[in-house]
Amino acid sequence: MNKENLNLKVDIAGVELKNPITTASGTFGSGREYGEFIDLNQLGAVTVKGVSSIPWKGNPAPRIAETYGGMLNSVGLQNPGVEEFIKNDIPFLRQYDTKIIVNVAGKSIPEYCEVVERLSSADIDLIELNISCPNVKEGGVTFGTDVKMAHKVTKEVKRYAKQPLIVKLSPNVTDITEIARAVVEGGADAISLINTLLGMAIDIHKRKPILANVVGGFSGPAIKPVALRMVYQVAKAVSVPIIGMGGIATGEDAIEFLLAGAKAVAVGTANFRNPRASIDVLEGIKEYMKLYGIKSLDEIRAII
Amino acid sequence: MKEIKNALVVDNKLISPNIYSMTLDIKDIAQKAKAGQFVNLYCKAESRLLPRPISICEIDKEKGRIVLVYGVVGKGTEEFGNIKRGESIEVLGPLGNGFMIDETKRKNIIVGGGLGTPPLVELVKHLKGEVDVYLGFRSQAMLIEEFEKIGARVHIATDDGLEGFKGNVLELLKNNNAVGDIIYSCGPKPMLKAVAGWAKNNNIPMQVSLEERMACGIGACVGCVCKVKEKDEQDWQHKKVCKDGPVFWSDEVVWDE
Repeated sequence: MNKENLNLKVDIAGVELKNPITTASGTFGSGREYGEFIDLNQLGAVTVKGVSSIPWKGNPAPRIAETYGGMLNSVGLQNPGVEEFIKNDIPFLRQYDTKIIVNVAGKSIPEYCEVVERLSSADIDLIELNISCPNVKEGGVTFGTDVKMAHKVTKEVKRYAKQPLIVKLSPNVTDITEIARAVVEGGADAISLINTLLGMAIDIHKRKPILANVVGGFSGPAIKPVALRMVYQVAKAVSVPIIGMGGIATGEDAIEFLLAGAKAVAVGTANFRNPRASIDVLEGIKEYMKLYGIKSLDEIRAII
Repeated sequence: MKEIKNALVVDNKLISPNIYSMTLDIKDIAQKAKAGQFVNLYCKAESRLLPRPISICEIDKEKGRIVLVYGVVGKGTEEFGNIKRGESIEVLGPLGNGFMIDETKRKNIIVGGGLGTPPLVELVKHLKGEVDVYLGFRSQAMLIEEFEKIGARVHIATDDGLEGFKGNVLELLKNNNAVGDIIYSCGPKPMLKAVAGWAKNNNIPMQVSLEERMACGIGACVGCVCKVKEKDEQDWQHKKVCKDGPVFWSDEVVWDE
């Protein structure tokens, strides 16, 4: 308990986070790099970069393009595979008093199931099913933009999951609430949103796309209004806990998401500008609570 | 804990068209930095989110200063170019691994191209034996005095022949019948690829400092990758330029782009 007597604890599908701050998958590695800048013990949870059944090489470079108030990436879920992850990253993260959320990537339903089954015996707290990555040709967003597929993959994966299952949604859909309902019916214990928006940037001097993959995922402060709107809509549509993300860089940003119905929030792209961003967001939330005499975030959550 | 620091800009002057030399008073970085490492510079404009990775041109450990030579290539570096002496800038570093300096080599060849030239200045200060610096530019050379001050022989090639040899740096190496025990290089990828081929044919080990679009600069985003061989051309992995590099051995890089 902190000395200000603020209650920051949140419960995500039976897992208690000491505070509502986690990291957005793919922006924080497995925490190692940021552990040199911040005390990882201060985070409610670390959400790690997506892991797949076997190592993935990802997309060719260039993979990064800055845009006004944001950026594009086309990394394509490069990762060393679930075995390496379990061997190297879980022991690292377990040194810290923070929960571990593992983002799971796959190209097919059996592949998602394989990773989740392997993780079921691993020492982790929550699983986040990534059906929303716009940078892989198969799997990823193709599951997250189709109501039936989203339902099916959630239902199948749920059979193998020992830990509570979060499903991460793509914003690249016409009606986010349809997908949210579908995954909850499929057995999702929580929802996280939003993943990146599909975007593009062109180098007018070379007359070529900046990204080798042509298109990529758009993130950063510029996307916050879209993310906030979708969190608000999903909070009205389903009753499972929501982890809100998309452009959060300050405590004020995070408060907006909590007011709109998020139970917890993730800090993503802001980490690239400011390696302390997650802690700054946490401090900003506390400031807000003190300013308005709020003792528990439940007092303001989803009141809009 | 590591942190982004505010550095005093001691100097920031135009040294060539669109190219600036910025001196930062930043003791902590100056004391840790090695030749071939880089720093992240952060923009004040919030619309420009990502740090700009800039190689370190010179390190003065006594005064606690570093010199950064950078080109204005977009809005971010344009912002840096407008910073006045006495102002401050946010900086993180040193980042990446520097050159792997081999003091046993008697004849060192340095190959630089355009904006890849700056980090080679600090490198040359630490080499033992003879140093021949081969630099390629489009039209106008830079940093020649800096190399000569250290006692290196400088050979210039320009595309238009306005300064030095008319042609590219590889043609200049061939023209001069350059010989050496090791090559250290930094510059555009097509130049590095071409020189790597020449180095291979002449059995000279070569280090290349690579550049790639980055987001974080600290190894977290996995944006700035290059292909590095495990065993052969087919068996390669994407390594991070910021964390695993930026310096690699030329024979471990897959030069397919």
